[in-house]
Amino acid sequence: MHEEPLVRWDWIGRNWPSIQVLLEDHVVMALVPIVIGLLVALPLGLAGVRWRWLYQPTVGVMNVIYSLPSLAVFIVLIPVTGLATRTTVMVPLTFYAMAVLIPAVVDGLTSVPDHVRQSAVAMGFTPLRRLLQVELPIAVPVVLAGLRVAAVSSISLVSVGALVGRGGLGYLFIDGWQRQFYTPIIVGIVLVVVLAAIADLLLVLAQRLLTPWSRARGAA
Amino acid sequence: MVAGKGGRVNWLIDFFGNPDNWSGPDGIPVRLLEHLEFSGLSLLLAMLIALPLGLWIGHTGKGALFAILSANAARALPTLGLLVLIVLLMGVGTIVPVLIPLVALAVPPILVNTYEGLRGVDPDLRDAAYGMGLRGSEVLGRVLVPVALPLILLGLRIAAIQVVSTATVAAYVGLGGLGRFIVDGLATKDFPRTIGGAVLVALLALIVQLGFALVQRVMVSPGVSQRQTIR
Repeated sequence: MHEEPLVRWDWIGRNWPSIQVLLEDHVVMALVPIVIGLLVALPLGLAGVRWRWLYQPTVGVMNVIYSLPSLAVFIVLIPVTGLATRTTVMVPLTFYAMAVLIPAVVDGLTSVPDHVRQSAVAMGFTPLRRLLQVELPIAVPVVLAGLRVAAVSSISLVSVGALVGRGGLGYLFIDGWQRQFYTPIIVGIVLVVVLAAIADLLLVLAQRLLTPWSRARGAA
Repeated sequence: MVAGKGGRVNWLIDFFGNPDNWSGPDGIPVRLLEHLEFSGLSLLLAMLIALPLGLWIGHTGKGALFAILSANAARALPTLGLLVLIVLLMGVGTIVPVLIPLVALAVPPILVNTYEGLRGVDPDLRDAAYGMGLRGSEVLGRVLVPVALPLILLGLRIAAIQVVSTATVAAYVGLGGLGRFIVDGLATKDFPRTIGGAVLVALLALIVQLGFALVQRVMVSPGVSQRQTIR
């Protein structure tokens, strides 16, 4: 371990093909939960706005789910979804995404000013058209702010799956630890952070495209 | 590793019903205390860093962009990777290597929510406080912080839950805490042990969640508590 450089570039070069496989696996396992989470959160959020009594219990359940440690959930799921499968990692991440996105959808929809909604009604918009053309577009910034949090934490959390045999780039951490070798660990950290930054950037761009009327004032 | 009918329930009985698991250096009480030690210390350190910084940024408006950007970047750091790297660099003599990634995990939610909480205070309210002759620090302490308290507590709650959950991975690099049951159980294919550990961590996180809900109910002024909170 003496005089060992922190990063051995030749190792990266030699192992790039397998790193790429891990990278792809990581992207799939992070992305699918976000997409499914959003698809589920939209109708649930709508329901929560329409029937207010539904919202508090939903948020309560989601808070409980959000507080369950990912590693613990992976392990409890293993007998059901199998060791080292993508499903074991993706199921809890989907629920975490929902826990962030449902409140975001509800907050976004309730942020629509009442006079805007009434104008749409007065202009003869049907409820569906009002939802699609008025309310959802106005909700976009808040929903996307939630989506950014969900995406970044999902990308970061996938790596914990390495402890149950399927963690995308997280495998590099296990590999580096077992061989007492810095390079894979650093490569893994850098790639995870870069992935998160790319996802974040894409979502900011999406917000600009989807809300051309708003000046660039990103929500944190 | 296929469970029969009711297998998981039997595993729980195996684990929690075994008196050996309740005493000694590898017993549940000792592991729980270790877990609380990592988590509590990390949260305390994160609060010492993030609360003053968040209050200062939110009050003065200086450095907001930088703080938000670095907090978002820190959110992306994979804790497991950071942990194994730091332990490889520093060794496992002390618990410092665990504290660093956990603090890095806890700072962003506290910082961002404190800042957002202060920034979200109605400017009229702030002006009124100045108009009544309060000095800057009094405005902060007696008006801004009480009004922003729900968001500040939300940030603390998210940080605490994430720290308690993530402290589990400390076991992977040979440290203690409730994660030991999970990691040792996985290594020796002792499934009752793994599941038992997972259940313990989940229970602890739920208790933390409930505790914060109670604190929020007690501490937040009734005039403020109907405010909407955002994650």
